[in-house]
Amino acid sequence: MAEPAAQARRGRRFSVKNLPGVTGMAMLCFVLLYAPIVTLVTYSFNAGESIALWEGFSWRWYAAAWENDTVQEAAVRSFVVALFASAISTTLATMAALGTTRTGPFPGRTAIYVLINQPLMVPEIVTAVALLIFFASIKVATGYSGLAYLIAAHSAFCVPFAYLPIRARLEGMDPTLELAAADLYASDWMAFSRVTLPLLTPGIVAGAMLAFVISLDDVVITEFVKSAGQDTLPTYMLGQLRRAISPEVNAISTALLAITVVLLTAFFLLSRKRRVDGE
Amino acid sequence: MTADAVNPTETAIRERQVRRNWLLCVPALVLLVFAASGPLLIVLVYSFLEPGDYSGVIWKFSTEGWFQVVFSRDIFDETISLADAHLSIIWRSASLSLATTALTLLFGFPTAYFIATRPESHRAAWLFLITIPFWTNLLIRTFAIMEVVRNEGILNSALKGLGVIDEPIQLLYTETAVLIGMVYVYLPLMVLPLYAAMERLDFRLVEAAYDLYATRLRVLRRVIIPLVKPGIVAGSILVFVPSLGAYVTPRVLGGGKNMMLGNLIELQFGQGRNWPLGAALSLTLLVIVTVALLFYVRNVSRGSRYG
Repeated sequence: MAEPAAQARRGRRFSVKNLPGVTGMAMLCFVLLYAPIVTLVTYSFNAGESIALWEGFSWRWYAAAWENDTVQEAAVRSFVVALFASAISTTLATMAALGTTRTGPFPGRTAIYVLINQPLMVPEIVTAVALLIFFASIKVATGYSGLAYLIAAHSAFCVPFAYLPIRARLEGMDPTLELAAADLYASDWMAFSRVTLPLLTPGIVAGAMLAFVISLDDVVITEFVKSAGQDTLPTYMLGQLRRAISPEVNAISTALLAITVVLLTAFFLLSRKRRVDGE
Repeated sequence: MTADAVNPTETAIRERQVRRNWLLCVPALVLLVFAASGPLLIVLVYSFLEPGDYSGVIWKFSTEGWFQVVFSRDIFDETISLADAHLSIIWRSASLSLATTALTLLFGFPTAYFIATRPESHRAAWLFLITIPFWTNLLIRTFAIMEVVRNEGILNSALKGLGVIDEPIQLLYTETAVLIGMVYVYLPLMVLPLYAAMERLDFRLVEAAYDLYATRLRVLRRVIIPLVKPGIVAGSILVFVPSLGAYVTPRVLGGGKNMMLGNLIELQFGQGRNWPLGAALSLTLLVIVTVALLFYVRNVSRGSRYG
């Protein structure tokens, strides 16, 4: 990496790295990416009803959202589902990552990869419809219509998101450490819990956070799987959109956005630490 | 001689390893079969049944669901004609998805090039700026665009302020709004794989082309584009596939008139009360997506063979 960079520095007069128009186009792109989000965040603090006319700073819409019982319930439900989904998917993904990375190729590994990554490839609307049909018949047969359906659906589509960072971490780990532990008479479990697991923790935390964000943000599958009165924050917001846009929805959006940014920054720092560890 | 003594135990260890690997994967696989892959088979079964009166299905074999994807039968005289409504929605999905792919490529290419040519220490920060919108809730981003394109939104206010227009342009609930929304929402999906390809680009080759008096356009066409082609293909697929199955963006920005395939599918499970047709439409979408993904797999493996 360093070599071409040095070469380029010498060859700056060819302006390979500063082609005309590229910088301008890129800046335009960043502005276009952020302008709508910044506007949305700004107007969530608007004192007035309008989302186009600025009437001064206020927390009014956050207070309104906070005091709205439906929003409160939806928020609690979103968090409960996301917590369960990230815990379940991360546990299963950790096991699957341990099963697929440590011993090299084995019969059926490709099939396992395909199954694990399937939620990334099948359009969400198709999975949503499939789950609607499947869970509807279970609901009729058992009479149970609780949150477990949402948790099961979310856990399933979160598995690949939790799996990828854990697998990446495992692949970067030195397998001789476990062998060393075994040589020193550690049992399999001791070697795992004292050596592998602590080294794997950043990957697991990163996977759990991605799964949490993915679950918290899901609209389509939730919209089809939820029973009556089981709105999460995103489906509540989607329902509100049928009516006029309200700054209250802006406030909820901003709060969700803040959670995502915080978790992502943490994820970013964690994976940066991984690179430092690796050196 | 020792090999004979060692081999059986090695095979036994290997077998134990494989069994252990599978056991570790089983819980995840069970969950995925139960709540992701398995139900797809039920969709296949339902697409060959008759619709129930209010919802659900009647357990009688029928190919009517598949028939209705493309054709419609007159209720009175049973004449068969092409289902214009469905075909126009499928056409809209395909053309809007292609346009989205082309526009994200147009915007994403220079952006990825820009990030890839920054000093190495700055790249992570620029990339992070792309990652934030990427992970931000799709609904929130669609919602942000809705406020931009509304009659009283920033776009119309800005154009009015500049004196370009007197009356606001009706953008919301048009195909243009859906297109703007999809380009906005899926742009990061184009930039990330393009950047991954460009990061590996050896810029000395670009310089060499310049040294040999190639024009900028020629350098782009003959050097840069061929070298980053896997990234272009990956980005295009990553944008095209979710665009084709888009549900939230056309619903929010397109209103009822500018439905896409995803919304047509939902309609069959809601007011349409035609689950077999909905199931057949879902599988149609799945088949198109699978073909696109296979094309990608073939193209990328071919690309890596040259590399």
